[in-house]
Amino acid sequence: MTLQIISWSVVFILFAASLSLLLTKDWRWALALLAIQYIGVFWLTQLHWTISMAAVKLVTGWMAATTLGITRSALDPKLATASERSWPEGRLFRILTAALIFIIVISGTSGIARLLPGIGLAEVAGSLTLMTMGLLLLGLTAQPLSVVIGLLTFLAGFEVLYAAVEASILVAALLALINLGLALVGSYLLTAGLEELGAQE
Amino acid sequence: MSAPLIWIGFPLILAILLWIPRRANITALLGGLSSLFLAALAWFLPVDTAIRLNETLSFKLSASLQILGREILITSADQPLFALLYGIASLWFFGSSAAGIARRLVPIGMGMVALLVASLSVQPFLYAALIIQATILIAVPLLSPPDQKPGRGIIRFLIYQTLAMPFILFSGWLLAGVESSPGDIELLTQAATLLALGFAFLLAIFPFYTWIPLLMEEVSPYAVGFVLWLLPSVTLLFALGFLDRYAWLREFAQLPSALRAAGVLMIVTAGIWAALQRHLGRTMGYAAIVNIGFSLLALSLIQDYQLSAFFLLMIPQALGLAVWSLALSVLKMREGSLIFRDLQGEIQRYPIIIAGLILAHFSAAALPLLAGFPPIIAIWEGVARQLLIAALWVGVGVASLLTGAIRTLAVVVMSTKDCPWELQGSLLQNILIGVGIFFIFVLGIFPQFMEPILTILPAAFAHLGS
Repeated sequence: MTLQIISWSVVFILFAASLSLLLTKDWRWALALLAIQYIGVFWLTQLHWTISMAAVKLVTGWMAATTLGITRSALDPKLATASERSWPEGRLFRILTAALIFIIVISGTSGIARLLPGIGLAEVAGSLTLMTMGLLLLGLTAQPLSVVIGLLTFLAGFEVLYAAVEASILVAALLALINLGLALVGSYLLTAGLEELGAQE
Repeated sequence: MSAPLIWIGFPLILAILLWIPRRANITALLGGLSSLFLAALAWFLPVDTAIRLNETLSFKLSASLQILGREILITSADQPLFALLYGIASLWFFGSSAAGIARRLVPIGMGMVALLVASLSVQPFLYAALIIQATILIAVPLLSPPDQKPGRGIIRFLIYQTLAMPFILFSGWLLAGVESSPGDIELLTQAATLLALGFAFLLAIFPFYTWIPLLMEEVSPYAVGFVLWLLPSVTLLFALGFLDRYAWLREFAQLPSALRAAGVLMIVTAGIWAALQRHLGRTMGYAAIVNIGFSLLALSLIQDYQLSAFFLLMIPQALGLAVWSLALSVLKMREGSLIFRDLQGEIQRYPIIIAGLILAHFSAAALPLLAGFPPIIAIWEGVARQLLIAALWVGVGVASLLTGAIRTLAVVVMSTKDCPWELQGSLLQNILIGVGIFFIFVLGIFPQFMEPILTILPAAFAHLGS
């Protein structure tokens, strides 16, 4: 019972963190929220994996967030914010879309839980929340940092679901590699072309 | 010594070492030669067979390598496939110096080929989706130069290709369930839907192909051409692995019609878009989408042709893309633009390069005597036998692509002033494109040269090849 309560609290935290991720325009907050998401992912994953295996996800996620943070903080603020816009920018629109997504997640949770024997409703709800919010984030932006955060969020959701069906060490290692790789690609894309922009300034 | 070390480990080390040379032509030469050497090894060196070196010494290359409890297995049936991959990659590496991107393409490309070979060899084969994803991440620096702000094309490429992996991994888990209870129609439909979605993202199937023309506009056409050859080719081989592994999927009644519908949709939409473009790079991007459409059509004909139509397409498509993208890269480097109005009458300055561009385009549109004609006509005939209306739509797509080629031809011969004929472009660029043109004709006139490939390559897929 206690586990259930903690798990559902984690789902709530994941929803709040991913919604805040959708609303925030400050990259520091975005990366902090991403790091919080990985704590939730760790909890939901350790329900099916050993603590040490689940900790890989937490450490990898935090390393990815750190990599992006270090790169972003090293950028010239003028150049880095030169074209940071996203469509549509209204907060109310984003909140309403997130609410709609939450309803879809709630309605789809039991169906997916039936498909995966041994998985709890909380893991499915947490996973679907992250995946759908990640997709929403991807649909609303074309900025490299936000896109990579969106992809990491989507993958984090998938990893929660996949942990329930696959416990291979190689898969865990490859997924960790892909998360780190995405962060490195994000860092690369953040710094690419800055010299060109600087020259134009 | 094991086979995975030779065709995966060694090229990965080489991919790092190839960053060292400072001169681009040295990098291209070393990359091309080593890739060719790996292709020759894959063709001639037997796996799991003792080779007697002298009276006392013998040598045996083991087929497998254990990593974290899983296995990478390269059998003798896989070797011709890897010979083909490394062989075609060597062509791209040799041409990279002329395209001006050898120092990025050769090391990254070598790493990509090695990882994709690993993806085709890993056991259980579903893990390939993860390795393909790693390859896609490596491709990003190739497709987004460090001195250029990333455009929409690379962002969409990253998103669409990354979304593929979860769908394929999850469908793989469902497929195991289908194997144990094949009568469960609901499970079967769910697995097939997820698998189709995963491959739709990976193969840039309609409507997920928007990144291709965008990338062609934003970065070096040669880099995009390389990715458009390598990723779809290996993804299609991976898809063949699924068909070979799962009997129910092979016998799934809706599979040929689904593949045919996707193929026709890609050929028609991309063909029509190609006819309407005013940017030569975007036109090539749409032609590459038409290529993928034809590969899907070839897969839809497996029951009639087995794998012969599919493998018959591989070399002409790769050759056409290489020549086309090299010609575009040369024009972009020298003229700075690939827009129609900037290239009017350029055939008088770049006769060989423009000839390569036009002939590669005509080859993609199945003009007789060119490399693309024999496979496309065979596939078209096969589709017509199954469903005439689908063949008519393919005709619309091919005619549109041909219209694009004629438009390009009209623009490049439309000289605004009476200028003399010249031979612009470096000697290497003209020679490479000239050789490419020669082989486009050779493969068109003598398609029987590809026969050994058609007999050997299908052996890698035991249930599909016979």
